[in-house]
Amino acid sequence: MKKKYRITIYRDWCKGCGLCVAYCPVKILRIDEERKVSVMDEDRCVGCLMCEYRCPDFAIDVKEREEVKV
Amino acid sequence: MYTDIVREYLRKDKFPSIWCPGCGHGIILGALLRAVYKLGWDKNKIVLVSGIGCSGRTPGYVDFNTLHTTHGRALAFATGIKMANPELHVIAVMGDGDAVAIGGNHFIHTARRNLDITAIVYNNSIYGMTGGQVSPTTPVGARATTAPYGCVEKPFDVVELALGSGATFVARGSSYHVPMLDNIIKEALAHKGFSVVDVITTCPTTFGRRNRLTDDPVKNLEWIKERLVPLSKWEKMSEEERKGKLPFGIFRKQELPELTELYHEMDLKVRGEK
Ligand SMILES: Cc1ncc(C[n+]2csc(CCOP(=O)(O)OP(=O)(O)O)c2C)c(N)n1
Ligand code: SF4
Repeated sequence: MKKKYRITIYRDWCKGCGLCVAYCPVKILRIDEERKVSVMDEDRCVGCLMCEYRCPDFAIDVKEREEVKV
Repeated sequence: MYTDIVREYLRKDKFPSIWCPGCGHGIILGALLRAVYKLGWDKNKIVLVSGIGCSGRTPGYVDFNTLHTTHGRALAFATGIKMANPELHVIAVMGDGDAVAIGGNHFIHTARRNLDITAIVYNNSIYGMTGGQVSPTTPVGARATTAPYGCVEKPFDVVELALGSGATFVARGSSYHVPMLDNIIKEALAHKGFSVVDVITTCPTTFGRRNRLTDDPVKNLEWIKERLVPLSKWEKMSEEERKGKLPFGIFRKQELPELTELYHEMDLKVRGEK
């Protein structure tokens, strides 16, 4: 099964520089009305960590999602 | 994944940092912290030293033993720390002005002596903190407050300078090429002897705005991507193709006697214990 990821944004540290938005290969991040990063579609995250690696502000974290049984 | 891990190395009450949005300095700090994490070093055994500049702010954000010294003198203080306590891991972070303008003499002599310190140069080609003056690494033609029509001086190549001065580990990375930068810094940290990592990075605010890159951090990082070529490719390029480009990778990795060890041996000899 395709892996799913959980993206955590630390909004208080984000400066809205847009590097994560630009380097996300599946384009699921955006800079919102408050000039901070927001996640548009977490399910499409591929877990490449490009956003983490290029974030100068330690403001975004990506982890494999623990499967919740329903 | 790594963000949550390395956030534990940070002095969280000091964030967000003073660095401008998208400044490459934070990207380099991330790479450094991941490298430290991957080496499994005890943070109480690390000393992070800086000079003055935007880069000089780094130690203030990190929960290691830290020292923010005067402009250009990071390596002088780092030398004292390492000589007094050779078991500590000493890392000096410096801006390009810090490292090879005012601190140039410390740089070449620390390299010559092969002292076991890692020097990381945050090379954004300009004096960021003071508003964008020419530095010894400003490329010919680039604009700065002190070169409004373009820089006419030939810059230092930090890698060549380190090689020529005898550094035993010399590498170049960039804040575009992460996570490769993590690996380069990790190797530099693990090396016994003086290791230098020239990290080509961005200053969107004072360099980008003056050099038709605007202050858009993405455009600034893309400029680095266009300029840098892997060493293996560089070696096959003609003089013509190399114009305006810089090679990156590991240029030297050499085992040679290290200063604190030589000093210790001499100490034992003089005391008649060896
Ligand atoms: C002895 C001394 N001379 C000059 C200065 C002013 N000064 C502060 S930072 C700086 C240069 C900063 O540029 P760089 O070292 O490249 O670091 P960056 O800010 O780009 O990270 C200068 C000249 C100073 N603080 N001390
Ligand atoms: S002035 Fe330049 S080097 Fe300093 S924080 Fe801003 S972008 Fe970074």
